[in-house]
Order: sequence, then C-alpha cells, then structure tokens
Amino acid sequence: MIELRNISLKFGERTLMEGVSTTFSVGTMTALLGRNGTGKSTLLRAIASLGKVQGGEIWIDGRELSTLSSTELARRVAFVNTERIDVEALTVHDLVAVGRSPYTDWMGRLKSDDERIIERSMHIAGVESMASRMVSTLSDGECQRVMIARALAQDTPIILLDEPTAFLDLPNRYELCTLLGRLAHDEGKCIIFSTHELDIALSLADSIALVDTPTLRHLPTPI
Amino acid sequence: MNRRMQNILFVVLSLALVALAIGDLAIGTTDIAIGDVWAALTGGVTTDEYRTIVCELRLPKVIVAIAAGMALAASGLEMQTLFRNPLAGPYVLGINSGASLGVALFTLAAPMMGALSSSLFMRLGLTGMAWIGSALILVLVMFLSRRIKNINVILILGMMLGSAISSVVGILQYLGTDESLKAFVVWTMGSLSTVTVDDLRVMLPAVVVGLLLSIAAVKSLNMLLLGESYARTMGLHVARSRVVIFLSTTLLAGSVTAFCGPIGFIGLAMPHLARMTFRTADHRVLMPASMLWGAVSMLLCCVACDIVARGGVMLPINTITSLLGIPIIIIVVLRNRNRQ
Repeated sequence: MIELRNISLKFGERTLMEGVSTTFSVGTMTALLGRNGTGKSTLLRAIASLGKVQGGEIWIDGRELSTLSSTELARRVAFVNTERIDVEALTVHDLVAVGRSPYTDWMGRLKSDDERIIERSMHIAGVESMASRMVSTLSDGECQRVMIARALAQDTPIILLDEPTAFLDLPNRYELCTLLGRLAHDEGKCIIFSTHELDIALSLADSIALVDTPTLRHLPTPI
Repeated sequence: MNRRMQNILFVVLSLALVALAIGDLAIGTTDIAIGDVWAALTGGVTTDEYRTIVCELRLPKVIVAIAAGMALAASGLEMQTLFRNPLAGPYVLGINSGASLGVALFTLAAPMMGALSSSLFMRLGLTGMAWIGSALILVLVMFLSRRIKNINVILILGMMLGSAISSVVGILQYLGTDESLKAFVVWTMGSLSTVTVDDLRVMLPAVVVGLLLSIAAVKSLNMLLLGESYARTMGLHVARSRVVIFLSTTLLAGSVTAFCGPIGFIGLAMPHLARMTFRTADHRVLMPASMLWGAVSMLLCCVACDIVARGGVMLPINTITSLLGIPIIIIVVLRNRNRQ
C-alpha cells in the first residue's frame, strides 16, 4: 500500500501539489489523470524515489520512503516509463531477466527460482513466445508488454507506469490496460498508471485520481 | 544464440589467441621455428640468440598486446553501456586525447625539470599523468552528459574536446626541446615493442586491477542497459557504480595509452564484434568475449606488423588497428541506420 502524507511537489519553482494526502491500496488499478504538466509523472517518480518531495512523507507498506535502502525499495516498487529500449543484441528474455537484479548476487547470476519467475512473468505478460527475439525488432506495443514483464519479474507489490499507453494504437491500449487490471485483481498488485485516455480510465480502472493542481482528487468510477 | 554455442566460440577464440601468440613469437625480422620458440620458453635446447629474441624481445610484446587488447575492449564496452551509445569509446570520447595531454605535459616538461635521467620517475610519471589526463576528460564528458541528454551532442563535444587537446599538445610540441619532441612523436605512433619488462611491472598490475573492476561492474552494466532511471528503480546505487566504471576505464585506457601510445578502434570496435558474434547484450558473457576479441585483434595486428617488418618496413600499430576497426564500425553504423 502507498500512503501520501501531506506531500508537496514542485517542478522547478512551479508548485504542482500542496498538502496532498491519500492512499493507494493493493489489488486495485488506479488511473492517474490530469492535464499536461500537472505533475502526474513527477508524483510517480517521487514514489519510485527518482525525484524528491518538497514536503510531507511517502509511506510504502508501512515504511517511510527515505528509510528504505535502494534494494528494499526495488523489492517493493517497480517502475515502467515510456522510454523505448533499443539495445543491440538484447533478447526479450535477457531484458526481463534484468528485473531479477534486486535478488541476484554481485554477478547477477540467475538461480532456478529466478528462471521460474522470469518464465512466469513473460507468460502473464503474454510475451513468452518472443523470449529469444531481439528487443530492437519489437513493435511499440510488444516492447511495452516486455517492460511490464520485466516489472513483474521484479516481483514487487507495487507497479508504477508512466503513460504506458502512449504511442500505442487503440486495440493495444485496451489490451495493455486489461493486462494491468488482471495484474491488480489476480496478482493482488497495487497498480498506478498515468494516462490521458479518459475512456480507458473510466472503463477499466478501479479508481481514478485526478491531478488538479495543487490537489489530487479521487473520482468515482462507473464500475 | 544458446549457451553451448557461446562456449564453443569462447574455446575457438581462446585457441586463436594461443595460435596468434605463438605466431607472434615466431614471426619477425628473424623467423624462428615453432620448436625453437617452445624450447626458448621452456628452457629447452636452442641458441642463445633465439632465447634472447623470444624471451626478452617478443614475449613482453605478446603480453603487452594481450593486456592492451583486453584493456581497450573492456573500457570501450563499459563506455558504450554507460553512455548508452554504440559509438562511445576511449578514442571517440577524447579519453585517449586526455591521456595524450598528460603524457605530452610530462614528456615535454620533464626535460625542463631535468628529470629524464630517472627511468622509474619517467615510468610512474608517464602513467600517472596519463591516468590524470584520461580521468579529467572522462569526468568532464560525464558531467556534460548529465546536463545534455542528446547523445549526438555528447559525441560531438567529445570530438571537439579531443581536437582542442590536440591543439594544446601541438603548442606544447612547438615549445618542446628536440629530444622531448622526438620522444613524444614516437609515442604518438603507438608501439607495443617499446614497452620493457620494467614498464610491464607498472602497466600489468594497473590493467589487472582495471579488468577486475570491469568484471565487478557486469551486473551494474546490465542494469544500466535500460538507462539510469530503470537501474535506480532496480536497486542500483548509480553514483557508486559510476565511480567503479570510471576507475576501471581510467586505469585501462590511461595505462595502455601511457605505455603503448594512442591505439584507436580496438576499444570502439571489439565490443561490437563481441555482440555480433555472441549475439548477446548480457555483460556476463559480453565482457569476457570483448576482452578475448580485443586480445586476439591486437595479436593479429602485431602479426601483420611482423610480416610487414620482414620487408624492412616498421608500421605503427595504430595504422593496422584502424584498418581492422573501421570496417566493423561502418557495419555497426549502417546496421543502426537500417534499424531506424
């Protein structure tokens, strides 16, 4: 579970959020909506400890964010952004395997348990048939699913996704969000994704959080 | 490519390394039969002349070639992953130029201080200045790369830095004495045969430490393949890892440049050759594969120089490494263009 306690966020000198307090529960998929530049990505990055909050506290599973070591945080929160990974000679299996890094030794050696989790993650994300394909040959939709498989391999209760549907066509957007919903409901994950797709958020998300600078408001969903 | 094929490739490359090392010991202005090479190495029956040539002249050169090839390839791979740029390498980013500036400052300024007479001072000074020079450029490029996200701009800045340093070196050459100028010009041509056994005592430990650090960094490098943000969210202490990689590349590229002169294209091309042949981006495979390719390619260049030397022409090693590396880089650039 994620708990925001009276947090303030800024981007440069601009205040994005002021005194925001809310919780995001396990087993739910939350769509983070808001106009461009309102701080959706900044909030997700702050929860992933990639950015700082200017005031207040973020609590993850009963621990304040700054008290978690980098490995402890990596075992609790996985992050997926819009950046396309295009690395020469990198296979889908190897990319997903990097997600096991918080659990492997100094050389990054994979044990049989790690391999089992990697296989399962690829299966859940529907990319097991691409395991030996090079990442550079994937379409945008396939690449996004592979990145979700990597996040699953990280085996965290929380997955944050920054605009995962950007650059995807309509069928792929629905397919991806349906997958995220399954992860929340079947795997009991706490999933938060930022998006501009109001229709998808309304039809598929369990909860909608609207960033309306400088506040964050939870909106009712039709389902 | 499956693990079995990768293992076969490792064996083939290792055999090629041994064969080329023996070839390099046997071929030269004086050709020596393999049996005599073996006898000289193992203390068997052969002439004193052959023993001297093999053990005192050619063996140090073979060791230097292997160490330099491994070092340049490992540092090139580290930089390509750290900068997430296939065209990064000690030569392109100006790291070699930084080492050159350090060496230029030392070789051209040392005679003014009357310090040339001490060979130990020369060796340590040369290496130290090369390390400092390469580290300074690496830190500068890294600082710029944190502020400027466009990879092409970083590459252009690296090249500009290299050119600016070349100009400073040119000024130093102009101001230097005839003796120091000659020493520096010979150094810039790049040579493995000028490295003595005493030099090896400084160079080898530095290279070994650099290689060990690069092996220690393989997990970090695998995480950095996805970029710093992802690496951080997967538990990587990015600043600490960057320091280890910096130290490693500085020790590797700086030491080799200090003793062998600027050697181009091995650091840039060999990691690509390793990726193409082993079909992986996993640094646990790629790092030893790049090192092996680096050692094999340097030995190959040495043998080519030796064959040419039979005709009385002594080619600088740099000319051969460029001929070997440039086609590989052209292939990489064309492949990347086709991917886009």
